Amino acid sequence: MNEETKKVVLDPMVDNNPVVLQILGICPALAVTTSLATALTMAIALTVVVSMSNVFVSMIRNSIPNNIRIIVQMTIIASLVIIVDQTLQAFAYDLSKRLSVFVGLIITNCIVLGRAEAFASKNPVGLSFLDGIGSGLGFGLVLILVGSIRECLGSGSLLGYPILPLVTEDGWYYPIGLMLLAPSAFFIIGLLIWALRSWKTEQIESPSYQIRAVHRTEVM
Amino acid sequence: MPNSSASENKRSKDSVANVLIVAVSLCLVCSLLVSTAAVRLKPIQERNKEVDRKINILNAAGLYDEARDIDELFEQVEVRVVDLSTGKFVDYIDPQSYDLVKVLKDPELSQPVAADEDIARIRRQEKYALVYLVMEGDDIENFILPVRGAGLYSTLYGFLALKADGATIQGLSFYEQGETPGLGGEIVNPKWRAKWQDKRVYDRTGVTRIEVVKGPIDSSKPEAIHQVDAIAGATLTSRGVNNLMRFWLGDSGYKAMLEQVSSREG
Repeated sequence: MNEETKKVVLDPMVDNNPVVLQILGICPALAVTTSLATALTMAIALTVVVSMSNVFVSMIRNSIPNNIRIIVQMTIIASLVIIVDQTLQAFAYDLSKRLSVFVGLIITNCIVLGRAEAFASKNPVGLSFLDGIGSGLGFGLVLILVGSIRECLGSGSLLGYPILPLVTEDGWYYPIGLMLLAPSAFFIIGLLIWALRSWKTEQIESPSYQIRAVHRTEVM
Repeated sequence: MPNSSASENKRSKDSVANVLIVAVSLCLVCSLLVSTAAVRLKPIQERNKEVDRKINILNAAGLYDEARDIDELFEQVEVRVVDLSTGKFVDYIDPQSYDLVKVLKDPELSQPVAADEDIARIRRQEKYALVYLVMEGDDIENFILPVRGAGLYSTLYGFLALKADGATIQGLSFYEQGETPGLGGEIVNPKWRAKWQDKRVYDRTGVTRIEVVKGPIDSSKPEAIHQVDAIAGATLTSRGVNNLMRFWLGDSGYKAMLEQVSSREG
């Protein structure tokens, strides 16, 4: 694997993560991370959709008319999402029930259209595929992290296996109910962003507005 | 030279003809793929739904066994349609094609519930309901009755299983609900569901007495046999369960049927 392909796949993990750096795909990151199983399924579903949509967009990138390119990309993405959704309903019925509308909502996930527009429409098929895999895994990584924390603290289990014995099951752990509600994902993702930017300081954006002390005479 | 060919290529790419060709062929290819997937996977999806429904029904009565074949387990269950107003089984509606969603839209088969009687807040109620009878030879072993009603945030859909006397609860399970996880969502917790077992719905005079009460139940009192402890921190969901139980087991629910069919003693 040469330098460039390595960069394409590994960059979205930490250095250019779609969720914690680009702040894309926050909605599914809140909605499906109440348990690790749903987070994993969503991560796999999104990786499949984004890599395949990248492949198809890249394949026809030289014939897509410029003025309808977004519609073309959305059509490809929507078709792929429907196929993934149907497949899940057929072969992973329980999970698809728990993911409910959120598989369908991959269509509106900014990561997918973002990669199709920013990468696949300008790059060859192989590289676009790898870019899709990388972006999907970068998204999945955050989902798995958030999902593990939320399931562990909210339900005392991981993938359904008890980790912290719950009080209701005669254990000692009082589950944090908030962890099962959407706001907790905001807190966790916020803390993740903070942690990552303290480690990789180059990710800190320059403030768009600087508060400074103004002397009264200056205003007048 | 390369410059002019590139711009020419760009012009032909953006020409009206090419826009139409790309749009039409893309739509054809995509619709073909999507419809193939939908049609080919449909039988598997239908089967999943059916298995899921059967598991829910058997779960209510505690009869589900993962190790055994679901269809084999379901063989002991007889599906019947009951006229809720008379409590009699009817044969002119086919239970196989019974679809609650359609029934609730059909003014022949369902009716609005008067506001003051609608404690379960379901608004429309079917005139004919599906019931599942677990048979032991010719005798009814369990009644499994679909119930539904409003919780705090969502409509709760479940199955209630009664023993052969039609008055003692065998089990209660909810298969669809959107209550707060950890609070109202605890209605699916096996521990709470177990509290319903062996509770009596009716007293000796046939009055519907089952209720969900807050706080510990004094088992020395005679009414304790009708009472189930509410879920801590989920008062409104518990009240919803209380209301839907009282509705479906009351005069507008399955009471007429249970009185006629069950082998109740005394």
